[in-house]
Amino acid sequence: MTTRIGVVTFPGSLDDSDARRAVRLAGGEPVALWHRDRDLHQVDAVVLPGGFSYGDYLRCGAIARFSPVMETVIEQARGGMPVLGICNGFQVLCESHLLPGALTRNDHLHFVCRDQRLKVENADTAWTADYTAGQEITVPLKNGEGGYVADERTLDELEAEGRVVFRYLGGNPNGSRRDIAGITNAAGNVVGLMPHPEHAVEPLTGPTTDGLGFFTSVLKKLVQA
Amino acid sequence: MSVDTTKHAAETPDTPQPWAELGLKEDEYQRIREILGRRPTGAELAMYSVMWSEHCSYKSSKVHLRQFGEKAPASDAMLVGIGENAGVVDIGQGYAATFKVESHNHPSYIEPYQGAATGIGGIVRDILAMGARPVAVMDPLRFGAADHPDTRRVLPGVVAGIGGYGNCLGLPNIGGEIVFDSCYQGNPLVNALCVGVMRHEDIHLAKASGAGNKVILYGARTGGDGIGGVSVLASETFDADGPSRRPAVQVGDPFQEKLLIECTLEVFAEDLVVGIQDLGGAGLSCATSELASAGSGGMRVELDTVPLRDATLSPEEILMSESQERMCAIVTPENTERFLEICEKWDVIATVIGEVTDGERLEITWHGEQIVDVIPGTVAHEGPVYERPLARPDWLDALQADSAAKLAQPANADELRAQVLALVSSPNQAAKSWVTDQYDRYVLGNTVLATPEDSGMIRVDEETNLGVALATDGNGRYAKLDPYAGAQLALAEAYRNVAASGAKPLAVTDCLNFGSPEDPAVMWQFAEACRGLADACATLGTPVTGGNVSLYNQTGEQAIHPTPVVGVLGVIDDVNRRTPMAFREEGQLLYLLGDTREEFGGSAWSQVVHDHLGGLPPKVDLERERLLAEILVNASRDGMIDAAHDLSDGGLIQAVTESCLKGGHGARLVVPDGLSAFTFLFSESAGRAVVAVPRSEEVRFNDMCGARGLPVTRVGVVDGDTIEVQGEFTLPLAELREAHERTLPELFG
Repeated sequence: MTTRIGVVTFPGSLDDSDARRAVRLAGGEPVALWHRDRDLHQVDAVVLPGGFSYGDYLRCGAIARFSPVMETVIEQARGGMPVLGICNGFQVLCESHLLPGALTRNDHLHFVCRDQRLKVENADTAWTADYTAGQEITVPLKNGEGGYVADERTLDELEAEGRVVFRYLGGNPNGSRRDIAGITNAAGNVVGLMPHPEHAVEPLTGPTTDGLGFFTSVLKKLVQA
Repeated sequence: MSVDTTKHAAETPDTPQPWAELGLKEDEYQRIREILGRRPTGAELAMYSVMWSEHCSYKSSKVHLRQFGEKAPASDAMLVGIGENAGVVDIGQGYAATFKVESHNHPSYIEPYQGAATGIGGIVRDILAMGARPVAVMDPLRFGAADHPDTRRVLPGVVAGIGGYGNCLGLPNIGGEIVFDSCYQGNPLVNALCVGVMRHEDIHLAKASGAGNKVILYGARTGGDGIGGVSVLASETFDADGPSRRPAVQVGDPFQEKLLIECTLEVFAEDLVVGIQDLGGAGLSCATSELASAGSGGMRVELDTVPLRDATLSPEEILMSESQERMCAIVTPENTERFLEICEKWDVIATVIGEVTDGERLEITWHGEQIVDVIPGTVAHEGPVYERPLARPDWLDALQADSAAKLAQPANADELRAQVLALVSSPNQAAKSWVTDQYDRYVLGNTVLATPEDSGMIRVDEETNLGVALATDGNGRYAKLDPYAGAQLALAEAYRNVAASGAKPLAVTDCLNFGSPEDPAVMWQFAEACRGLADACATLGTPVTGGNVSLYNQTGEQAIHPTPVVGVLGVIDDVNRRTPMAFREEGQLLYLLGDTREEFGGSAWSQVVHDHLGGLPPKVDLERERLLAEILVNASRDGMIDAAHDLSDGGLIQAVTESCLKGGHGARLVVPDGLSAFTFLFSESAGRAVVAVPRSEEVRFNDMCGARGLPVTRVGVVDGDTIEVQGEFTLPLAELREAHERTLPELFG
């Protein structure tokens, strides 16, 4: 039996088909989930994709957090189900308080699309076990509101507990505190990051295939479980 | 005030009407009265005024545009031709591609962000209305002088608008152009191209047929924005001190458009529509009259059922509003409920506003009273047609006689080196990543090539790797010197760019940006450009499938350079065989394909070094372009070349610099016998490309070129971390990169 990974489509989600493609290329079975549907259809993990859910009205991710599907995602994430939030998905996870902190407008005030070097700081999460700590990867980054902020105590805690999963290399692209590109919860099942691993899964269309490891990591973990 | 009904209009023939304020000429108003046999109602006048505007009716350009159909080469690829929302071409394997470029020039000057944003929105809906999923956008842009203070207002706004709308829509932006010239100071050109893909059987057309079928308006509510956008804004010359025209600019909501796309594609997938039309310029006036005139019957519309953002809007305003993110569909009564369900799923407002009748008239009522009663074809298609006077500009002889040949050329190697640096760091030749990094090029996951590559390339099918490539080009400086040749050079460059990336050029879309048609010199430029483009399309076998004309790009007496922008679509059977521009491997041999002559008229060198525009543009040889393209496509398919870059503005040194910087490898160049180093580096002779050939393929590649009769010259090798022109100078890549990449951030960052 293949492992089912759900990808939520909110109105305004843009990279949902890309996340499903990445799941498929990694060997999983992608399952499209709809924002109005509380039922997760027996998936084993969930990806919240990039985009502009609900037009990013109010604040990025602020409305998506109250959608019916998120009620179940939040509940199951607290029970240990692997959840990955990419870009807008990361913003939704912060708004949902599954992850601490918030994403703010890039410090230079422009949308930025570039191939971003990252350092993997934590290779023990559900989504990063196929990497090694300290490894450098390159995946696309594209956002207008990717500046990670949190209060100093939270940032210190994240650092102390090893919950900073990725840091930007080669220049901070958006003013994120302490060059943080992605973080995890204490249990390591919920990961959020601004860069887009699902756009680095094929040599033809991505700068690298470095992003595939996210999806192979979670598939291996789920098979072992 | 009571509404002006058809009955009231018939009874009050002498009521004065604001036809002039709505942009109509007196004879046009009289013609409307003749057609109706009475004075028009206010609502009818509103409809005729927008539909008979230059922007919608092509009244000045029509007589010249006919050549694109009359001279069109026979092409098996053409599935839907000029006249629909966009042309459709067969790209094989049961797929069709639809693409079109349009202008949003005037709104973008008034309000750069919204003007550019809604330009994207409009062209995307055109593509969607054909039944296709939009898959990519491109933006050919022209601005005033890079260091002019107003360019600092317009450019960042336009770029943010394109990014803000396009990124939020989830369409990769894969190419386009950014050109600076003081002639565009008061009239920036913001053109937008969209390409979509569908299966052949999914092609939809804008027609209303079948009496009893419902007319459904869906998408955003109608507001008071963009009223008179086509008639007041896009069809007149700007006055330096006229009233603010910002209210004529529409305001976009990309989130609403994204929902509209997904909702419409789902409706198509269930085959629920008989006909469909997007609402763009001229809004409901255009959609109702075009749908009704293309169908078999008439149409009745209850205008008071249109959902409004502002309840105080008058019927005339509702008919003229260009509020964005709206579509109009014709749906059978049986399918109406399902159609509305799908709209509800996507949170899209949908309203039945009328139905198709078995009559022949378009009737519109307002709270039960008839306010429009017309033959729809008279609104949509029987606008005036003008044979505007043409006159070859009296300044042209002097301009052409002012040859670039007499400009001082670099006297020694140091000067040559300095001019290379000046060229690659000039705003037009500098890296454009400050702009293009604000656009998402990755979304949808099918982008194979994007800016700064010669063409943007999109994978169409993940199983077979079928793909399409697109390039847009236009050189207003060439067209100013000779509009006939300038239009042909624009086509030749886009055609060459598509071929350089390995795709076979198939079809053309064009955006013809010119000054005021009321100036005979401008009209002559326009006529010459159309003639040149139509002739060249015939020779190259690439039909024009559609496009757009933008006139009145002029402030006071000052018209822009004639700027025909040409988009070429190509097809590639296997995107894995694409040819990128980067020199990626040391030791590969560099070959120059084509003939290099002393051609500097309109060149980037003459602009950058001498601020000069004069003489004649490079010679056009379309048979050579066709041969070059065949060689480039064959070489790509058979794996004979690893990189290719077309030669255009800036000449060989510009192309080699870009390919070296992209690949991170230098080059050693040898000046061929019979050429001066200066001509070798800066000439802009057309029909040329530079390619990188692996040593193992050298013999095979040379044999192919020799057998086909294409001149080929070995000019160097990929090597080291400098560009060395032997016997002349050496430039470290780091220095070139710094010069090439710092310009735009310094100007706009």
